[in-house]
Amino acid sequence: MVSVHQLHSSTSDFSQGSYDGLYPGHIPTTPLQKAVLAVGSGVAALQNPYRHDMVAVLGETTGHLALINLRDRMRNDPEGYEILIERPRIRLSTLDLSRMASLHDGSFGREYLRFLEVNHVTPDSRADVKFVDNEELAYVMQRYREVHDFMHTLLGMPTNMLGEVAVKWFEAAQTGLPMCSLGAVLGPLRLNIRQLQTLFTSLGPWALQNGRKARCVLSIFYEKRWEQSLEDLRQELNIDPPPIIPGPSNKRAT
Amino acid sequence: MAASVRLLTRRVVRLCQRRFNVTCVSGPGQQSCRGFSDAAGDRSTHFGFETVPEEEKAKRVYKVFENVAQKYDIMNDAMSFGIHRLWKDALLHIMHPQPGARLLDVAGGTGDIAFRFMDYIHSQQEKQERLRVQSMQTPSWQDISDKYSTEDEGGPQESTAVICDINKEMLKVGKQKAESMGVSAGLSWVVGDAEELPFDDDQFDIYTIAFGIRNVTHIDQALQEALRVLKPGGRFMCLEFSKVTNPVLARLYDAYSFQIIPALGEVIAGDWKSYQYLVESIRKFPDQEEFKGMIEDAGFYRVQYYNLTGGVVALHSGFKL
Repeated sequence: MVSVHQLHSSTSDFSQGSYDGLYPGHIPTTPLQKAVLAVGSGVAALQNPYRHDMVAVLGETTGHLALINLRDRMRNDPEGYEILIERPRIRLSTLDLSRMASLHDGSFGREYLRFLEVNHVTPDSRADVKFVDNEELAYVMQRYREVHDFMHTLLGMPTNMLGEVAVKWFEAAQTGLPMCSLGAVLGPLRLNIRQLQTLFTSLGPWALQNGRKARCVLSIFYEKRWEQSLEDLRQELNIDPPPIIPGPSNKRAT
Repeated sequence: MAASVRLLTRRVVRLCQRRFNVTCVSGPGQQSCRGFSDAAGDRSTHFGFETVPEEEKAKRVYKVFENVAQKYDIMNDAMSFGIHRLWKDALLHIMHPQPGARLLDVAGGTGDIAFRFMDYIHSQQEKQERLRVQSMQTPSWQDISDKYSTEDEGGPQESTAVICDINKEMLKVGKQKAESMGVSAGLSWVVGDAEELPFDDDQFDIYTIAFGIRNVTHIDQALQEALRVLKPGGRFMCLEFSKVTNPVLARLYDAYSFQIIPALGEVIAGDWKSYQYLVESIRKFPDQEEFKGMIEDAGFYRVQYYNLTGGVVALHSGFKL
């Protein structure tokens, strides 16, 4: 029986500066609790796909092996290793938006900013990791979440349903996270026939192929590459440009 | 006027008592302090398994219930498999309120007890009506016309229920529920602190607090307030989680509480920590006998308790004489 008295509840406001667990926001969980969370969050996410917190919890509770794999790939890559040491976080407060806006068109930084503006998204909307019991793996998970917008920029995909599914297919092939695979399988259920056709004939195979052959996307120190041209970065990562760009539809999936 | 002056003097006296109380409790890991320091700032209490300063507990509890208010009822059903409804029904059955009774439901938030109270009263009224009608099955025309004129007055005594809660979010949810169920008549919703109720003395026939008293920082004060606002002959009733006596059931209950409930809280309400607090606060609450002693200390008579579901929940009852 678990010694339940160890499970203190952490203070909810971090101004106090103290927390239980291995990192701020960490909630230690037993395997049974993880199982309950995985099943529960899976059901909740299926019922209401707009519950991003449930998708996040599902990813954290099912992704242990994939996270280890990702972390090892990062360690074996010099730039990835640098990221694991420096632990950069992508927040509006850490991005120098005015400098990025002044970069020339076609540069990674400028295109990323354009992506944020056109799709009305912000990098601050990613949930913090809570249920990963290793603080390095928790960082890898957090980095994966925060790099998602960079994926959109690199792949040239908008944030509509079809674009998101394409990115999910790419991520599933790249990371092997069960949550990505689940999203990749279930995402198409919400597409119409025309979108499904596009997905299965051109976008899907492109995303899968590139996911497999691309360099590990988490191993790129994006914050040091704002000036690099997007095309150049794609070539370095071994990613082909998209065959089609799905036009923005009315359905927006953030 | 006199009542409010009395209230004011009582508050001032209590304030003075707090200031001059020199001993202070040392929580685990804190320096024990003796001396003439201001004791109110040094006293600590428990918030779940954490130790916090007393003033902080009320704030943290407020935050917890503010966060969970929207999903409170759903979570209750999920965590207790709907059994909480049976517990609340049992409270009403033992209460057996009669038409004309005034109820104060403290920490009543989403209104479960008050709604049941009104239903019970109405069904009692109907029963009485039926009995009365049966006994005069063949009335004279004079009796019939008399009955018509008295019906408009709506009965000699109206039962009312006042729902008092410190948390505005919970009250909001309760009010919405009442409106959607169409049962707003006879209900009042009041923001108030169980340790310092905004009511005069000797006002209510029944005082209930269901699953609320363990969140109060000073339980003895809440009990004294309960004594104050009850009429002589009034009944105090408290439904609260308590100690499970059967050891096998206790282990199952503990495992379920600590393993499943916070995870459920995360999935349904998106809030692990509030439900972690909930299961921890249950462990910190005194057991049946100790709580009975506290109620007797406050001045209630004929205090007894009923164990429900093997002691998972205890219903304590006492009378003001």
